Amino acid sequence: MSASQETLIKDFGKPSFWSALTLFDWLWAALVAGGAAYVLYRYGAVMDAYETGILMGVAPLLAGTGWWWKPFRTFALAVAALSLCAVWLYGTQLSNAETNFFLQYLLASQSAVMWMSALFILATLSYFISLFARSDYAGQIASALTWSAAASGLIGLLVRWRESYLIHPDVGHIPVSNLYEVFILFMLITALLYLYYEARYQTRALGAFVMLVISAALAFLLWFTFERAGHEIQPLVPALKSYWMKIHVPANFIGYGAFSLAAMVGIAYLLRARAERVNPQGLFATRLPSLEIMDNLMYKAITLGFGFFTLATVLGALWAAEAWGGYWSWDPKETWALIVLLNNAAWLHFRFTKGWRGAPMAWWAVGGLLVTTFAFMGVNMFLSGLHSYGSL
Amino acid sequence: MSTAIPSARRRASIWLEFLGSMNLAITLLAALAVSSVVGTVLQQNKTYESYIIKFGPFWFEVYKALGLYDVYSAGWFVFVLGFLLVSTSLCVYRNAPGFVREMRDFRLQHNARSLRAFAQHAEWTVALGAEALSAPLENYLAARGFRVRVKPQGSGLLLAGMKGATNRVGYILAHVAVVVICIGGLLDGNLPLKIKEWRGEVRLETKPGILISEVPGESRLPASNPSYRGSVNIPEGASTRDVILRMRDGYFVQALPFEIAVKDFRTEFYDNGQPKSFESDLVLIDPERAEPLEQTISVNRPLLYKNFAIYQSSFTDGGSRLTLRVWRLGGTDALNMEGVVGGSYKLHGPEGALTLELKDFRLHNVKSAPPGSGKKFVDIGPSFIFKLRNEKGEALEFENYMLPLNQDGREFYISGVRNNENLPFSPLRFPADAQGGVAGFMRFAGALRDSAQRARAVAQVTSAGPSGARTLGETAAALLERFAAGGFAATQEYIRTRLASLPGEQREQVARAYITLLQDSLHALYVNLDLPPMPDVARQQQFFQDAVDTLGALPDYGAPFYFELADFNQLQASGLQITRTPGKGIVYLGFGMIVAGVFMMFYLPQRRVWLALSEQDGRTQVLLAGASNRDPLGFAREFEALRDGLTERLQRL
Ligand code: HEM
Repeated sequence: MSASQETLIKDFGKPSFWSALTLFDWLWAALVAGGAAYVLYRYGAVMDAYETGILMGVAPLLAGTGWWWKPFRTFALAVAALSLCAVWLYGTQLSNAETNFFLQYLLASQSAVMWMSALFILATLSYFISLFARSDYAGQIASALTWSAAASGLIGLLVRWRESYLIHPDVGHIPVSNLYEVFILFMLITALLYLYYEARYQTRALGAFVMLVISAALAFLLWFTFERAGHEIQPLVPALKSYWMKIHVPANFIGYGAFSLAAMVGIAYLLRARAERVNPQGLFATRLPSLEIMDNLMYKAITLGFGFFTLATVLGALWAAEAWGGYWSWDPKETWALIVLLNNAAWLHFRFTKGWRGAPMAWWAVGGLLVTTFAFMGVNMFLSGLHSYGSL
Repeated sequence: MSTAIPSARRRASIWLEFLGSMNLAITLLAALAVSSVVGTVLQQNKTYESYIIKFGPFWFEVYKALGLYDVYSAGWFVFVLGFLLVSTSLCVYRNAPGFVREMRDFRLQHNARSLRAFAQHAEWTVALGAEALSAPLENYLAARGFRVRVKPQGSGLLLAGMKGATNRVGYILAHVAVVVICIGGLLDGNLPLKIKEWRGEVRLETKPGILISEVPGESRLPASNPSYRGSVNIPEGASTRDVILRMRDGYFVQALPFEIAVKDFRTEFYDNGQPKSFESDLVLIDPERAEPLEQTISVNRPLLYKNFAIYQSSFTDGGSRLTLRVWRLGGTDALNMEGVVGGSYKLHGPEGALTLELKDFRLHNVKSAPPGSGKKFVDIGPSFIFKLRNEKGEALEFENYMLPLNQDGREFYISGVRNNENLPFSPLRFPADAQGGVAGFMRFAGALRDSAQRARAVAQVTSAGPSGARTLGETAAALLERFAAGGFAATQEYIRTRLASLPGEQREQVARAYITLLQDSLHALYVNLDLPPMPDVARQQQFFQDAVDTLGALPDYGAPFYFELADFNQLQASGLQITRTPGKGIVYLGFGMIVAGVFMMFYLPQRRVWLALSEQDGRTQVLLAGASNRDPLGFAREFEALRDGLTERLQRL
């Protein structure tokens, strides 16, 4: 025992949160800060105070996400590099999309979205192969494909953002304004949320289930593109021209994504619970994560969804107060958002305070997806109201 | 008597227990969710008439009794909401004191034995005294975000660490927020108005089409009304002191404590004709202010003043002045008249009096451009919409365009007509003459109605013909007359009945000859007019053909006039929504609380750890244990890291 009391104290105090950050962590933060500063320098003149505020908020959020979840950085850097490359290739000429090879086949918004679609389909197949063939290798491929699909989707959206300005500065807007755009957002957020939990809980076998929702969304997206030309960039109606859209919609879709994730884990839970009774040596009982992990994951996803959906609903109310003249109008979309919240609040109380676990909660989470889907799609399709922007 | 007090108290506490219970809370959450669905499936606050049509008289009454046409202020809905409020308040009331105590409590009563019972625990033995270890270990926990308390215990020490105490603050914030939001919402809702209406103090005005000044006092609400949400259309240059509160199948007139004027109103459009922005220059004149307040508002940028917010919500025509040329179809001269959109005017038609109601004026009409024009959209210029009502009250609706539309290289003035607002307009095209106006066509139509000119044309056509010219002339005259009176349909009918006795093949032959005869007569009629010539013969011929097509369809047009828009002076009205919301600040406070509270509850879990040090013969037994109130898997991971870090450091000693 050689150390003095002071060095002992110091040694035990290490590493604190800040000193645990590596050089790369700081580089990452500096890069994000630099990016934000550049945007401010370049576009500050045309951004209003709120947009500047949003940018100031998003930068630390991005940096923090990268610190918390390291693989996110590679993802973000790849997306940023390719998107910037597309912007560069475009220059000021939208028609470059037809002549430039890289734009035409890779990076133009439409092409990137088609790559996303193909990669999601391959990822879904790989996850199923991995599950049924008990192949870990296929699982690794599937994860990589999902990462790439999410990256393509995000590139598609970011490039679309630029394209809308190239059409005409008046038409330019963030691509979260219609069904086509938010479906892509939904798919990529759901995929990213899943990838986060997959790494954290080593749950590759769940991928096949989560990919089912994404594939369903993809089927809709493709139908919407080819049957309804939903991919065409349209100018915004005056009511949507607001900085609120930039935060309200993404918050909503983190909510939708998390609830969908919970529901799909719920399905896996039910399959395993049944398999444990009838076929304990079977695929589901051995390959799927333990019931405890899935139960926990379901809970985590629902809390995440609840938090962001609460935030989104509040932001929506604030926006409504500015656009429609009242923070709450009992408009069908608003009301269904409240229903989704009440449903999940009841779920959380059952679980947290009454300690309910197991199959009933899983069934409820799956049922919750129906409620959520109705709030997302059904309201637009069947009910009329102020939220008619996203109509089919 | 002595037992009465405790039992009353017990009864009260059973009630508290019940109202603040989790089962009730969950039931209420579910009940509220389900009952909210009703109002989204059934469109709210429509006219009673439309509900009767939809549900029939019986179910209409049933639904009305249940308050389904305005669910969110129906008694039972408000009751469920109120119940949830009481339940949540009681829940906070019962839990909060314990939670606050717990936040400050480091649980120093634990000892090595009780800590060993924790699921998460680990032990080491170190060749160092407890005193010497205390400071490094305290620092170890502090560096990982724990607040630490130290207490001597037996032959050693107990270090108790805690983080995420705010988790409990989160609970309080989120649940109090529910109450706060509801209270704010109640202040802004129209419950007081509903109660007044229910007690008969005010009455909904349901007569359509009366002026605001004619609305009786019992349907007017005073400026002192604390909360409302009304709308009003103000023409440019005009002002108002009232807004309209629409409810069910009627409305109230709400007085404002200030006057609001629209100085100017502007719209911008995208290339495709979609509105891009609309904004109004407002002047707010409040007796309480020395100066009028001037501000420009647009969608998403309201004027906020005291508890009031004034929004740009829509726009309509505010009484544009139109100069019209009224062509009597079959006459030759036009009459000039002035009209204002929103006004109605008496006219004398050939079959009695007609009322012209000017409905709307549109400066722009953007349509998809014809393919090959290189553009996607074209603006085909101003139009106006009007109704023509006969003495029986039946009306047809028309939309006439000011400028001619180019179709296949020819120019036409378009007039759309329909007898039902849900149908599209069916267009009639009036060909433009050499001077680009409708006068040429109108003269042709006038000549066709004039029997002398018809006779002259028939004579010209048939005099050149072979023998039998007399019957030929009669036929031509009859055909022209039918065509003048009833267009293509009547002419066809005439030919059909006249030739009914002929065998099929011959009939067709003769019919064709008749049509040629009619065509020739019409052409003669046209040539006699001696209209200003077109640039070339083909155009001239085309004009004739187009004019004949229109003349043949004219009897079905439905109006004895063609209204040409000669000039206009547009006046728009800005559609404003004016709300008074005294509870908004409270609601927003609640919004902040609920978001903060929910995230604190979920993401700042409460974590407790203890380090029990017991010293014996210069060696210290170190026991680490931990517990969390949520996320057991996450905590297990965190505990492992804590344990491994400690192992590593203690080994180095
Ligand atoms: C609209 C009404 C309500 C909402 C939105 C709401 C929301 C929430 C949320 C989101 C949680 C966190 C659950 C979790 O961490 O898994 C929670 C916890 C809780 N709620 Fe509510 N709640 C409401 C009404 C009530 C009522 C009426 C009661 C009382 C009966 C209640 C009692 C509790 C308790 C005891 C907790 C656990 C707090 C803790 O230990 O940290 N809640 N609530």
